[in-house]
Amino acid sequence: MAGAVAVLHGAGDQSARFESKAATREPTWVKWALIAVSMSFFAFFLLLPLVAVFVEAFRKGWDTYINALLEPDALAAVRLTLTAALIAVPLNLVFGVSAAWAITKFDFRGKHFLITLIDLPFSVSPVVSGLIYVLVFGAQGWFGPWLSDHDVRVIFAVPGIVLATVFVTFPFVARELIPLMEAQGKEEEEAAVVLGARGWQTFWHVTLPNVKWGLLYGVILCNARAMGEFGAVSVVSGHIRGMTNTMPLHVEILYNEYQFAAAFAVASLLALLALVTLVIKGWVERQAGKSSFGNDDE
Amino acid sequence: MSIQVNNIRKQFGSFTALQDVSLDFPTGELVALLGPSGCGKTTLLRIIAGLESADSGQVLLEGQDASDTHVRERQVGFVFQHYALFRHMTVFDNVAFGMRMKPRATRPSEKAIKAKVLELLKLVQLDWVADRFPSQLSGGQRQRIALARALAVEPRVLLLDEPFGALDAKVRKELRRWLRRLHDELHITSIFVTHDQEEALEVADRVVLMDHGKVEQVGTPEEVYRHPASPFVYSFLGSVNLFHGRVEGEAVHVGEDRLAPGKVDLAHGSEVFAFARPHEIDIVVDGSEAGGVAAKISRILAFGVTARVELDGLNGSTGEVFEVEITRAEVARLGLEEGQAVRLVPSRLRVFERNAAASGASQAPNWVI
Repeated sequence: MAGAVAVLHGAGDQSARFESKAATREPTWVKWALIAVSMSFFAFFLLLPLVAVFVEAFRKGWDTYINALLEPDALAAVRLTLTAALIAVPLNLVFGVSAAWAITKFDFRGKHFLITLIDLPFSVSPVVSGLIYVLVFGAQGWFGPWLSDHDVRVIFAVPGIVLATVFVTFPFVARELIPLMEAQGKEEEEAAVVLGARGWQTFWHVTLPNVKWGLLYGVILCNARAMGEFGAVSVVSGHIRGMTNTMPLHVEILYNEYQFAAAFAVASLLALLALVTLVIKGWVERQAGKSSFGNDDE
Repeated sequence: MSIQVNNIRKQFGSFTALQDVSLDFPTGELVALLGPSGCGKTTLLRIIAGLESADSGQVLLEGQDASDTHVRERQVGFVFQHYALFRHMTVFDNVAFGMRMKPRATRPSEKAIKAKVLELLKLVQLDWVADRFPSQLSGGQRQRIALARALAVEPRVLLLDEPFGALDAKVRKELRRWLRRLHDELHITSIFVTHDQEEALEVADRVVLMDHGKVEQVGTPEEVYRHPASPFVYSFLGSVNLFHGRVEGEAVHVGEDRLAPGKVDLAHGSEVFAFARPHEIDIVVDGSEAGGVAAKISRILAFGVTARVELDGLNGSTGEVFEVEITRAEVARLGLEEGQAVRLVPSRLRVFERNAAASGASQAPNWVI
């Protein structure tokens, strides 16, 4: 995706060139019609809901809004969401980097299988991902009896939520890094090794700096999904208020209880998170665009 | 440092990259591994460096078996075709990298590193780009930085993989001369891989010709050019005219035409390849000449110092194309024109038996350079 990032970023110059030549210029009305269509679509489907979230959140005033967020259950939900993300993102950072490293720098049997497997969380419905864990760790599941004997709770508890989050967000970092590292090849690493660098030195001084923007981009997307995940988490959570509710689940509960203002207040936090993610993502894209611009003429 | 490779074999799937290669590289020489793409030359270089491992055989560095020595302990400098500079580091940091990666005990001080880097950058005449990034340099400059970086760890041997392959013709020629001068200054044992015969002949002390994973010939540029050991070497080094013929008595017959190579010690009736360089053929217009091969002039290119005459074979060599180089004065004297039928009489002819060439030398001699 970082490749796409750089491409998107470069599209600006290209479209300007395209536009400035009479031979390739479309009639003005085509241009404005296209802009109008995409803008109104954007306004109706993306901007309107976003505005609605904040309008609804503040409908009953600032105090209700603050109260909805400071309510113990809401705070517990925020805490749980942050905990899940804080565990899932670093884990997937490590998994993603090692998987990408293994796939791009080594040749081994089952490599294609691994690549396909990485995509599994994307291709399978989140509900199914949740159910898998219930089947494995639930009371009637494979390890259920053993776990309950040892007094370990996975399903309807925090570990289950973390597991489901890790599963669902696994592909982001790896998917981001694999094409990037593939495009960069092994030569720089080989050069480092010939110059006497050890494995971790090569990784730290050569590999990592080369993929840092792609990595950051993957982490941001991974984090956004980790905090926003609903389906898989919903299955394993059990919806115990103040205990196993994440923010998205908390929003649903409030909404089902007709506490619209409170529901939208918590939802606005998630929306805010999305906006912050977009801003950081945009910044990372620009940085990545800059650094890839410098290297394109290799 | 001397390098010796013994009976190296390497297989990639069903493709044999190297079959039983044995070579001796003496200390202090600049040797070219020359051959067409896919001949195994780069693989051999990477095996010597330790970036690739041989299926069987040994690499001896200074007489010691290096098969189990890790790349980073082999003390080789490696220069990649596409430079492989660290793109996120400045030129200075690139060159300093090898020294900075050393274990603390043997690592020079930052001050010593700085002095060494600047010395190396001066050596490659690029001390003014220390603060730039690789992307801000031209291809030729990048390759010189790559060389400086390789030299920074004081390698015992320098290996260059098609070092000028990605550069344009003019820069290439400059760098070629520059590399030769640099080698004359440093006298570090160097091996460079190239598919460009001109490059190999011009730069190297010795040339190793390779084809299909085997060494075809080893010698000084003069030797391999003047006395090619096989049809492959003959046709790979410079342009060449090829005659398919058969030995009959003292002569080589091409269809009903007859070439007299002087002396052929091959059995009567053996099928042969006969080679002659374009400047080793005379064009005879006199109709009474019976020797040589009949051909028809198809084009005369007379724009250089010498004129190049292209001919289509007639009679026994129909379908063959020949090329002859003669002076422009000669063209005028003979009154050559396009479409004219003439005879080609080689003044020097190299004859190889066809079967021997086809089956290849089955034994793998230990080539001493």
